[in-house]
Amino acid sequence: MELNASLSLVRPEIILSFSALALLLLAAWKDQAGRLISILAVAALGAAAAFTASALGSGASAPAFDGLMVNDAFGNFSKLLIYIAAAVSLTIAPRFLEKAGAMRAEYPVLIVLSCIGMGIMVSATDLISLYIGLELQSLSAYVLASFVRSDGRSAEAGLKYFVLGGLASGMLLFGASLVYGFAGSTSFAAIGLAMDKEVGLGLIFGIVFILSGLAFKISAAPFHMWTPDVYEGAPTPVTAFFASAPKVAAIALLMRVVLEAFGSQVLVWQQIIIAVALMSIIIGAVGAIGQQNLKRLMAYSSINNVGFILIGLATGTEQGIAAMLVYLTIYVAMTLGGFVCLMQLKDKDGNYREEFADIAGLSKTRPALAAAFAIFMFSLAGIPPLFGFWGKLVVFNAAVAAGLLPLAVIGIAASVIGAFYYLKVVKVMYFDDAADVIADSDDKVLVWTGGILAAANSPLGYFAIPVLGVWTAVAAKALF
Amino acid sequence: MTSIHIIVFLPLLAALVAGLGQRFIGAVASKTITTAGLFTASLLSWPIFIGFLNGSETAYVAPVMNWVQSGDLSFDWELRVDALTAVMLVVITTVSALVHLYSWGYMEEDPDQPRFFAYLSLFTFAMLMLVTANNLVQMFFGWEGVGLASYLLIGFWYKKPSANAAAIKAFVVNRVGDLGFMLGIFGVFWLFGTVSIPDILAAAPDKVGSSIGFLGFRVDTMSLLCILLFIGAMGKSAQLGLHTWLPDAMEGPTPVSALIHAATMVTAGVFMVCRLSPLFETSQFALDVVTIVGATTAIFAATVGLVQTDIKRVIAYSTCSQLGYMFFAAGTGAYGAAMFHLFTHAFFKALLFLGAGSVIHAMHHEQDMRYYGGLRKHIPLTFWAMMAGTLAITGVGIVGVGGFAGFYSKDAIIEAAFASHSTFHMYAFGIGVLAALLTSFYSWRLMFLTFFGTPRWAQSEHIQHAMHDHGDHDEHGHDHAHTHAGHDDGTAGYHPHESPLPMLIPLGVLTLGAIFAGFVFHGGFIEAETGKAFWANSTLFFNEHLMHAMHEVPMWVKLSSTVAMLTGLLVAYVMYQLSKDAPQRLASAFAPLYRFFLNKWYFDELYDAVFVRPAFWFGRLFWKQGDIGIIDRFGPNGSAAVVSFGSKLAVKMQSGYLYTYALVMLLGLVTAVSWMMVRT
Repeated sequence: MELNASLSLVRPEIILSFSALALLLLAAWKDQAGRLISILAVAALGAAAAFTASALGSGASAPAFDGLMVNDAFGNFSKLLIYIAAAVSLTIAPRFLEKAGAMRAEYPVLIVLSCIGMGIMVSATDLISLYIGLELQSLSAYVLASFVRSDGRSAEAGLKYFVLGGLASGMLLFGASLVYGFAGSTSFAAIGLAMDKEVGLGLIFGIVFILSGLAFKISAAPFHMWTPDVYEGAPTPVTAFFASAPKVAAIALLMRVVLEAFGSQVLVWQQIIIAVALMSIIIGAVGAIGQQNLKRLMAYSSINNVGFILIGLATGTEQGIAAMLVYLTIYVAMTLGGFVCLMQLKDKDGNYREEFADIAGLSKTRPALAAAFAIFMFSLAGIPPLFGFWGKLVVFNAAVAAGLLPLAVIGIAASVIGAFYYLKVVKVMYFDDAADVIADSDDKVLVWTGGILAAANSPLGYFAIPVLGVWTAVAAKALF
Repeated sequence: MTSIHIIVFLPLLAALVAGLGQRFIGAVASKTITTAGLFTASLLSWPIFIGFLNGSETAYVAPVMNWVQSGDLSFDWELRVDALTAVMLVVITTVSALVHLYSWGYMEEDPDQPRFFAYLSLFTFAMLMLVTANNLVQMFFGWEGVGLASYLLIGFWYKKPSANAAAIKAFVVNRVGDLGFMLGIFGVFWLFGTVSIPDILAAAPDKVGSSIGFLGFRVDTMSLLCILLFIGAMGKSAQLGLHTWLPDAMEGPTPVSALIHAATMVTAGVFMVCRLSPLFETSQFALDVVTIVGATTAIFAATVGLVQTDIKRVIAYSTCSQLGYMFFAAGTGAYGAAMFHLFTHAFFKALLFLGAGSVIHAMHHEQDMRYYGGLRKHIPLTFWAMMAGTLAITGVGIVGVGGFAGFYSKDAIIEAAFASHSTFHMYAFGIGVLAALLTSFYSWRLMFLTFFGTPRWAQSEHIQHAMHDHGDHDEHGHDHAHTHAGHDDGTAGYHPHESPLPMLIPLGVLTLGAIFAGFVFHGGFIEAETGKAFWANSTLFFNEHLMHAMHEVPMWVKLSSTVAMLTGLLVAYVMYQLSKDAPQRLASAFAPLYRFFLNKWYFDELYDAVFVRPAFWFGRLFWKQGDIGIIDRFGPNGSAAVVSFGSKLAVKMQSGYLYTYALVMLLGLVTAVSWMMVRT
């Protein structure tokens, strides 16, 4: 494989790499340029997104770097989602970080670096490149979690994330070495060939360890324990980032590993995925009920949603993968919207509030914000006619079509439990006596972002179905 | 678009506009639209009726749309216009239009008038749907529609608990009848493969003698179907057994009683039997059942009517009794006479109800006749209208010369019962004469108690309230009250006023109907030749021989009902005019019988013991033991407890310590690995 051809296939990553280095230099030269660098980072992400978007419709698949990576519709779709989510996380951050005294140039640079890692993750076709991408993303994320160093909670979140992430990486690496040892290769294609034959216990252990390591990244139960603490402790824009882009990357990575490398051993990984999906759905739903902190609530919500997404993977069918991608897209819009609303909860002194008690009676003082928040909550609960319903529908549809009826039934039953806490938010906002702690918002960026995301989650979102349907179908086809 | 479309859909349109648009157009516009709509419908209806009478119209079916297309079941929504429909059209639209107008006065002080008028028009639409039905499903649609409107209107004053209870009772009792009707429709469809009325009637004679398995028995098919359908008719027409809702329905405003519970809805059962008369003619057994139920209802309701003191309840039982007449006329084969009585009854019974409403209006919502008396001089127009109604219902007239409306129709029924050859015709005849006597008695009792004698208003709480309220506005209120007590003429100083013009005009029009409807229309309805020509344009089974025979009954038969009427009048006069304590003495002399009548033959008590209380007991059992004890405990509450327990556990496990988190991760990993080891 020619180097030039390979490089042309990873243009988004190249753009982002050079941008990250250039921005770092700029930051060194001009210390207080956080906002400028943020804007430039968003521009870089936009340029990278444009390259991926241009290749979206095509089903072409081109390996790069001698089979370490691949440029295909699946990777491009995931990257586009990641870049958009990262750009939103950058856009909404400045005010928050300025208030915390941490609007430094490293924030956009770290996000961009993380995006490079995620780009590698979703296009990796080798255990080595997989690990490189994963670690690049993770290391950026550890730093981002503790970005507001002056805040003890932020530092704690970073440390917890780092230690547990290290443990998960260890599991992943151990599993990778087992797989390499028994399959004789780190390439997904070669592993897939080895899997076609009788598989021994060693290979199965390898699969289990790799899946465990990846389950940590997508915060699926029982590897979810870090999520509430990190989500709560990390600065809110960072939490919004964690809940969106890295989720997409890790889930996409999981899909590719499972289908391309372990595809023929359906019985082995399917059991694990089903168990993890069910545990995530149930723990995400049940755990959220007792929460008083809205960011923790969103953490459990993301655990819960990951469970639903994994139902699509459990099917192992093309329809299931397409459904997962649809769900992921909608999920990103929902969860980013939820965090945008959270970030508008400021009291009169400009402090950010994130407790249930603070939003009591919000509909009386901030009707538009309460309405947007309600849209995101209803959408997360999957209540028609909001767009969140569509995601759940296609996933359950795929599960039923693949014969996983019990899984679909349990999922639907658990989503009823989940509806409880989403509706509780709405109830507190609309029916409780006004606490009157939330002041008017002065941040037009947040208002506009929230408005756009709310529109996307509203029934207007259904207009996107034809396009989304084609893109996800083409992307899903790339894995088979 | 023909006039029948306008007649049927104009009331619906008016109801929708008035009901949904009342906030935008206001009360007066709502009332105007509905009333004008009904008068238009009425004006369009009469030419159709006249056309059928003089033979210039023939039966036709006006299509609306294809309604249901499902496998073998296929039928259209269409409007059937024939002689039978035409009769109902004029009755419904005329009485409804007059009642709309009357309500302008009667409901003047009510804050919810647009709702009331919308319900009235909605009812009219449903009733028109019922009578224009060309298939049983459409008839059932109208049937349920009038039931709904009746429920809404009985409970119109929904803040009154008794009105709500009456509305629910009417609805529930009608469900029993409706179940019969539904089973009848299912059976008809099963047997004939169609719900189209003309097709059913054409095919019915071929099925005579067949039998069918029902509840484990072999029964005659036609008898079963007819009786099931008749059960539906019994519910809607308040026949014995399913009659208990009608007296309670008097909780609704009086115009409602006049329209729904006298002139139109309650006659739907009679109409249905007449519409399906060729079907009923295939089963003598079913006709016998109809005869016996009708005759028994006639006598039962008349006896109860003797002792009621509420003016509206007397008229309600009277209605029930007159419906019995119509049914036994149908049962003995005189469908034309049944429809004729339906027609005349609509006029004079609506008149009596509206007249009673006028009295109630004048007496400040007092309905107890014991507190009336001497009203003749105060409200003379109402008095004369009621007098016309009473003369009509008691059947005043001279044999061979002429008389009021009821004279023609009721006597025709009694004579037809005598002339008929059906099994129970003499039972029906005997009861018809006896009930005529009772009818005369309770009708005149009502007149004497209300309009004659001396005022007894002072004991009435309503009148006392009225005077008290009046006194408060008066500067010399206190002295004034004292002078009231000083009135020893029984008036308590109250001055009843004649009703306003919107209420008097309908009374006048209906008075004309009560006087002339029999004389003018008897030819078309019951004379052998002209009746045959008239009914030939409909599905009604016109028994020409019976109509001939009816006119050739012995003279004593013809005179019997007149004699009965005079006897009743005489007894009432003696008891309520000459001797003041006769009613009390009679009541104490026949105390058990009096109590039996007063308590309406203990039907309500019987139903309470047999159905209501066991139903409540079961309901409570299922509620306390089944729903709360089992379903709630192990269902919602149980799962909620599990969830909240799980939530506490999850929160507890979320300790915040790294080693806990790492431990959970490793446990998960170990579990997965162990599982895989065991599996392979």
